[in-house]
Amino acid sequence: MTAVGADQRQQMAYVATQAADARLNVEIETEGMTLNIGPQHPATHGTLRLVARLDGEQVVEAEPIMGYMHRGYEKLAEVRTYPQVTTLINRIDWLGSFANEVPFILAAEKLMEVEAPPRAQWIRTALFELSRIANITLFLGDMAVQLGALTPVFMAFRDREFVLNQIEAATGGRFHPNFDRIGGLKDDLPKGWIDDTKQAMEKIRDFCDEFEELVLGNEIFQARSRGIGIIPPDVGLSFGLSGANIRASGVDWDLRRDGHEALVYDQLDWKVWTHPDGDSFARYWVRLQETREATHMVDQLLDGIPSGPIMAKVPRIIKVPAGEAYAATENPLGEMGYYIVSKGDLVPFRVKIRSASFSNISITPWLLKGVYVPDIITILASLYFILGDIDR
Amino acid sequence: MTRLSSTDADAGVEAELATDERREAWATQLADALGEGYAEHHIIAGRDLWVRVTRGSWTAAAAAARDRLGCQFFDWLSAIDWLPSPYGRDMDAQEDNPGPKAADPMAQGCAGGQTRFQMVMRLYSITSHLGVTIKADLPDQDLSIDTLIGVYPGANWHEREAWEMFGIRFNGHPDLRNIYLPGEFEGNPLRKDFPLLARRVKPWPGIVDVELLPGEENL
Amino acid sequence: MSPAAVLSGLLAVEVPYWASSVIKLGVVALLVPTAALVLGYVFLLKMMSFMQSRLGPMEAGPYGTLQLLADGLKFIQKEDIFPEKADRTVFALAPLVVLISTFLIYVVIPTGPDAVVAQLDVGIFYALAVSSLSVVGILMAGWASANKYALMGGLRAAGQLIAYELPLVLAVMGVVIQAGTLDLQKIVAAQAQGEIFGWDGIGNPFILTQFAGFFIFLVAVQAELTQPPFDMPVAESEIVGGYQVEYTGFRFLFFFMGEFGTAFAFAALAAVLFLGGWALPWGDLEHWAFNIAGPAIMLVKVLAVAALIFWFRFTYPRLREDQLQRMAWKFLIPLSLANIVVTGIFKVAL
Repeated sequence: MTAVGADQRQQMAYVATQAADARLNVEIETEGMTLNIGPQHPATHGTLRLVARLDGEQVVEAEPIMGYMHRGYEKLAEVRTYPQVTTLINRIDWLGSFANEVPFILAAEKLMEVEAPPRAQWIRTALFELSRIANITLFLGDMAVQLGALTPVFMAFRDREFVLNQIEAATGGRFHPNFDRIGGLKDDLPKGWIDDTKQAMEKIRDFCDEFEELVLGNEIFQARSRGIGIIPPDVGLSFGLSGANIRASGVDWDLRRDGHEALVYDQLDWKVWTHPDGDSFARYWVRLQETREATHMVDQLLDGIPSGPIMAKVPRIIKVPAGEAYAATENPLGEMGYYIVSKGDLVPFRVKIRSASFSNISITPWLLKGVYVPDIITILASLYFILGDIDR
Repeated sequence: MTRLSSTDADAGVEAELATDERREAWATQLADALGEGYAEHHIIAGRDLWVRVTRGSWTAAAAAARDRLGCQFFDWLSAIDWLPSPYGRDMDAQEDNPGPKAADPMAQGCAGGQTRFQMVMRLYSITSHLGVTIKADLPDQDLSIDTLIGVYPGANWHEREAWEMFGIRFNGHPDLRNIYLPGEFEGNPLRKDFPLLARRVKPWPGIVDVELLPGEENL
Repeated sequence: MSPAAVLSGLLAVEVPYWASSVIKLGVVALLVPTAALVLGYVFLLKMMSFMQSRLGPMEAGPYGTLQLLADGLKFIQKEDIFPEKADRTVFALAPLVVLISTFLIYVVIPTGPDAVVAQLDVGIFYALAVSSLSVVGILMAGWASANKYALMGGLRAAGQLIAYELPLVLAVMGVVIQAGTLDLQKIVAAQAQGEIFGWDGIGNPFILTQFAGFFIFLVAVQAELTQPPFDMPVAESEIVGGYQVEYTGFRFLFFFMGEFGTAFAFAALAAVLFLGGWALPWGDLEHWAFNIAGPAIMLVKVLAVAALIFWFRFTYPRLREDQLQRMAWKFLIPLSLANIVVTGIFKVAL
């Protein structure tokens, strides 16, 4: 199925190129139109720029240009102490901020050889899943609005608010919690938080059910997204695609289940969702299922939180022993990892940030050949990138 | 809580031991495949595997990892500048700073190395759920290495990033341009001898940040 | 007969021809902005807000009723900007062409036995003809803006409007065959006095016998209005507003008024063609009271149709240009042709 799609896509690209060349060279002296999509364009949610060479409405060549929001976190992290770095990396994927902190803290914990106490691990995992929900609910509305449906995005914002309220209640920050610490968490949960969060999860489940009908069940949405932007699994992997993007191509791989990080996913009852098609519809479908799965995981996590301390014994001034460590987790956008090189100092010697969107979006020049202009929007929306996660 | 999931992965102590054997096996397989090009490896039990190869067998190492070890997934690629920063940590306010510290001797990390610049890439197998970090030394006088695009097309953008951030040239790369920085940007920001200008012009932390309240000047 | 005649009848004053012409013009000139305001407020601001679980504007006027007036005032105050490379004359004329096409539709829409500006024998034909004038204005806007997005929007609009002109006309054909006339007043009368297979309890509103025609008409109207799911010419997430992208100030206001004024006009046409227009099936159609009650009855029916149109608009995603064309040529046009054939058979057989 997917292989056939790829062949078709290549054929289309080939035909488009040939037609454009023919027109360029022989018939009349017209140029293929070059269209600048972005950096200020509603479909690029942020400042991605796409330079597309068009033949009519068909794309001959498309190249993303980024860097309009490059903030140089890798350099900045080299002059900040480990607790200060979490403030920076909160701003990478700004829709699911807490999830950014976790792999960094896990990598630092690996180097220091400390492990957070069980209670901290459970709460950490619960917050991780909450930020996943906060992130993906917005995607579910956003892709619909990119395809022209006005209403779903407002519903997404409305229901996302319940999750943000819970994140704020627990951490004090709606968007940038900065709550994770080496060896545990900053604070314990507030009173009544668990019950409130369970109610919020009920609402998110209703939201998922509604969207399954309103968006996924819509014939026009299906017509616009099925068979558009097919990614074969092997191509996706070699481009470094991760997360729901690669699971939608039928690859059964999820770092929550397959990774070796100190989170408590192995004690939960849950399922990894995959879809065989690899098209835009499949990516939306997988993300919707994952959101619903995440609400069940949060429910289980809330039931299972053990009692105990929330901080391990760590020194007040954190010096991380010399060494190198890489930790990666399954973030809302895909695999996010931090490669930390330490020289036993207060500050990391080098931090390499492996952000998901950067790799996810790097497939676009390959993927956009031969599609139509409206499909650019579908494909970009379904790949789901966040500019902070690309530009870092 | 019992483990009910149909999707359980290997876990626990026994798996960790098994994993170590598997990592050893990976290192051996890579060594077999690369022969002369293989330098050394480093394993932390149950955690990670580092392999260092020579510059010439960089592409061969990626191909071997993909074909022999099943590392289909291209994770990331970057470089490390091992030069100790001439500016210290840039942490302290100028008045607290007793001037440039004596430079630490250069020391490379896991799996060793001889040169200032080292390439790093990470590959991952989605079937055995193991990853490997492959390194290669780059001599100072010739900062260049073969491109990986032929093996992993996803390396394209990562190599462009390494090119602008470290000034490493990738032989055979079709489109070696800046990816984040403006085209006319001078310098390679992630090199240790590239100063972080924000910290140069405004010392940290902020004694000097704090502006006096009105009427406070005379105190 | 005309509003002027109504006035002269009511006030027992003889109205000269020039005065009645002025009154007619004044009525139409007032009707278009009012219609745009009513639809904009009721549907764009309030219905959409309630569907999206928010309140919409609440500050300007009681319950936000004056918001669109405030917006209109704001638009008028804005600077009139021309893009540097624009074709200035064409750029300035384009919104007017769109607006004029909207004005012209209102001329033939009847709201009572005498309350109509001009009763033409070929009323529906005229209405559909002038409504498609707007595509000229849109093409002019797209071309003159000297902007790639605008050009793409203009071209998409041209292709779309031409393609959907056909199903629109063919859908109306069924009604015309059943009523046996192109005159909108007579179509209204035919519905009020008609009967469905011998039963005349509610007359014969053609929505019952011409349901296929009504469906096709609504779909085609949606495309003519460039509203979702057929809003590719403006598609703000793709080509950021299409032909409107370079317009600001009162010229943009003209487009806005044209859009909603046309929506109102098409809703009124649908009400006349399929829902019985200003008439009720019980009562004397010549009675003068229908000149007072007619507009109110019309308004209710128009709002009902408009609610349907806007409900689609706020719910559905957007089709792709090729899917739209395929739908027009492979589905709507064959369906409407079949509808005409079936209608003809019934007409002859019964």
